[in-house]
Amino acid sequence: MFPYIVRRVIIMIFMLTLLSIVTFLLFNAVPTDPARLTCGKTCTPEIVAANRIRLGLDQPLLTQYIDWIRGIFVGRTYGSGSATFDCSAPCLGYSFRNGEEVTVLILDAIPVTMYLAIGAFLLWMLVGISSGIIAAKHHGKWQDRAIMGVSLIGYSLPVFFVGLLFLVFVIVRWNLLPYPDYASPFEDPVAFFQTMLLPWVTLAILYAAYYARLTRSQMLETMGEDYIRTARAKGLAERVVFRKHALRAGLTPIVTSAGLDLAGLLGGAVITEYIFSLPGLGRLAIGAVTEYDLPTITATVLVAAVFVIVANLVVDILYAAIDPRVRLT
Amino acid sequence: MTNSNVILEVKNLNVEFTTDDGIVHAVNNVSYTVERGKTLAIVGESGSGKSVSSLAVMGLLTGANSKITGEVFFNGKELIAADPEEVRKLRGDEMAMIFQDPLSALHPYYTIGDQLAEAVRVHHDIPEAQALARAAEMLTKVGIPDVEQRIDEYPHQLSGGMRQRVMIAMALINGPELLIADEPTTALDVTVQAQILDLLRELQKEFGTAIVLITHDLGVVADLADEVLVMYGGSAVEHAPVREIFYSPQMPYTWGLLASIPQISEKKEQLDPIPGSPPSLLNLPKGCVFAPRCTFKDQVADHACADSFPELLVVSPNHEARCHLTEAQRNTIRAERKIGKVN
Repeated sequence: MFPYIVRRVIIMIFMLTLLSIVTFLLFNAVPTDPARLTCGKTCTPEIVAANRIRLGLDQPLLTQYIDWIRGIFVGRTYGSGSATFDCSAPCLGYSFRNGEEVTVLILDAIPVTMYLAIGAFLLWMLVGISSGIIAAKHHGKWQDRAIMGVSLIGYSLPVFFVGLLFLVFVIVRWNLLPYPDYASPFEDPVAFFQTMLLPWVTLAILYAAYYARLTRSQMLETMGEDYIRTARAKGLAERVVFRKHALRAGLTPIVTSAGLDLAGLLGGAVITEYIFSLPGLGRLAIGAVTEYDLPTITATVLVAAVFVIVANLVVDILYAAIDPRVRLT
Repeated sequence: MTNSNVILEVKNLNVEFTTDDGIVHAVNNVSYTVERGKTLAIVGESGSGKSVSSLAVMGLLTGANSKITGEVFFNGKELIAADPEEVRKLRGDEMAMIFQDPLSALHPYYTIGDQLAEAVRVHHDIPEAQALARAAEMLTKVGIPDVEQRIDEYPHQLSGGMRQRVMIAMALINGPELLIADEPTTALDVTVQAQILDLLRELQKEFGTAIVLITHDLGVVADLADEVLVMYGGSAVEHAPVREIFYSPQMPYTWGLLASIPQISEKKEQLDPIPGSPPSLLNLPKGCVFAPRCTFKDQVADHACADSFPELLVVSPNHEARCHLTEAQRNTIRAERKIGKVN
C-alpha cells in the first residue's frame, strides 16, 4: 500500500508542475499587453512602462515563471529601490481590477464554494445512490421505472434553467425564501441556510439523477457477477448478499466519479453561483474573465486544477483501500 | 420416498425463461436420481440445459423471468414448491455448488479466510475465530500449502488451481451430502484438471458426498462418474451407468460425442465432429431435438424423427435412451462404425 501511495504522490507532483506551466502560459497567451491592463482609462505610456518593470513583465518568460512559482511558496517582492511592496506567501499577485491581493480574494471565495459543493454533494449522494439502489433492487418493476423516469427528467434539465425556475418561483413569486444574500454560517446560520438551500438543491438535482442511473447500472452489473451467485450458493440471505457482497463491489466505481465530480465543483460552480449571487470561486473567475484580470484568472484556474488533481490522488488511495486488486499494481 | 439411498431425485423438471424474443425452453422434462456417495455426470454441449437444471435444483434461478415446474426431492423433501427460505438454509449446508471459473466465483474484495469463515457462520452460530480455524483446517485438507499465510490472501493472489481448491473447500466446509460441480475443471490447465479431479474423488470418499458433475469433457466423465445423463436441447437423451455409455451407447448424439474424442490408438487426420449446431431453445424442432443433425434419421420409417420426439425407452436395466431407430438398426450402425466397444 505504501509504495503505491508514494508512486501516486510523485505522479501528482509531476502533474502539478505541468499544470502550473500551462496556467502560466495562459497568462502570456492573452493577445493583450498585460502591463497595459494594469491601469485604467487614465493610462499613460509612462505608467504602463513603470508597471511593466515593477511587475517583472519585462523579464524573460522563464524568469517570470520562476518568480511566480517562488511567490507561491516563499512570497515575493515587487519593484525595486524605494518603491517596493511585499507580497507574502502564498503570493498569487495583485488583482489588476482593484489592486487587492489575489490570495485574499481566493481565500474569501473558497469557503463559499466549499459549502455549496459539499452541501450539494451530500444531498445528491444520499438521494442519488439510495434511489439507484432501490431501482436496482426492484429491477423492471414500477419503482425502477418511476425512478429512472424522474432521473431522466432531472438529468435533462440544465442547471441554469432549474436555478432560474427556483429563483423566479420560490423567491420572487411565492416569497418562500428571502432574496439570496450570502452570510457566513458562523455569523448568521439562518441566513446561510436560507441562501444555500436552493443552490444545493439546484446542483443536487442534476447530479442525483446521474448518480441514480450510475448506481443502478453498477448494482445490476454486480448482481449478475459469479461471486454473487457463489454468495447465494453459500446459503446467505438475500439481504446479506446485497449488503455485504454486492454493495461494496457495486459502489466502488462510484467513488471515482464522486471524487472527481466533487473536485470539479470545488473549483467553482459558475452558473449556480452566478444565479444565486454566491461570492464563490466561480463568480470570482467570471468577474475576472470579463475584466481581463489576469492574475485572478490564472489563480482561479490553478486552484480549480489543484482541487481536481488532489481529488484524483484521494480517489486513487480510496480505491486501493476498497479494492485489494489495485494495491499490488 | 421409496429408496432411502437416494439423496436427490429430480422428476419432470422444466425450466422456461421469458425473454423479449419469446419463451426459451431451457430444460424439458428432465428426470434423474443421484444415490448417496455416487457421482452422476450430466454431459452436453453449451446450451443443452445442464447448468440451468442444476441451478434450478439449488434454488439459484431466482430471476423474475424464469419459471420452474416439476419436482425435486432432496433427502425426501420437495424443493421446487418449498419456501425459498427453507431451501436457502439447505444451500451451502446440505447441498453445495462449485462453479466453472473460480476467479470470478470468489469475491475479489474479501480474503479467502473471510469467505470460508462466512460459509461456516451462515449455518453455524460460532465465533469468527473458530470459523477461521475451521477454514484453515479445510484449506489444508484440499491441499493449499502455507495455509497460515494463504488464508489472509485475496483470490487474485492465488493460481487458478489453488482458487478451485478454495472453492471446493468452501463448498465442502459444512459437510454437504450433495455437491453440484458445474464444469469444475474447464477453466484450468490440463495438469491442474487431473489434480482437481483426484481431490474431488478423495474428498468424496472421505465425506461420502454425492456429486452431480456437469461437464462436456468425456475424459472427466470416465474418470469420476458412476452414472451419466446425456442432455441435448434441454432434454435428457440418454441415461446409463458410465460403462454402458462408453461401451454400448444407444443414441446418435452420444455416438457423436464419443466419436469426437481423439483416440491415441487410431491414426486419424481429422476428428469426427457432429455436423451442425445445437438447436435454438427458443424454437425447438417439432420432432426429435437431435433430428436436424442426425446422420441416421433417413433410416427411420415415415419421417418419425421429424414428427415426434421419441420417448425414453429402456434399453437394459438402468439404461434409457431416446431414439426412433430399432435396436437391430442401432446394433448394425454401432458395429459398422465401431462405436463403443461392441460386446
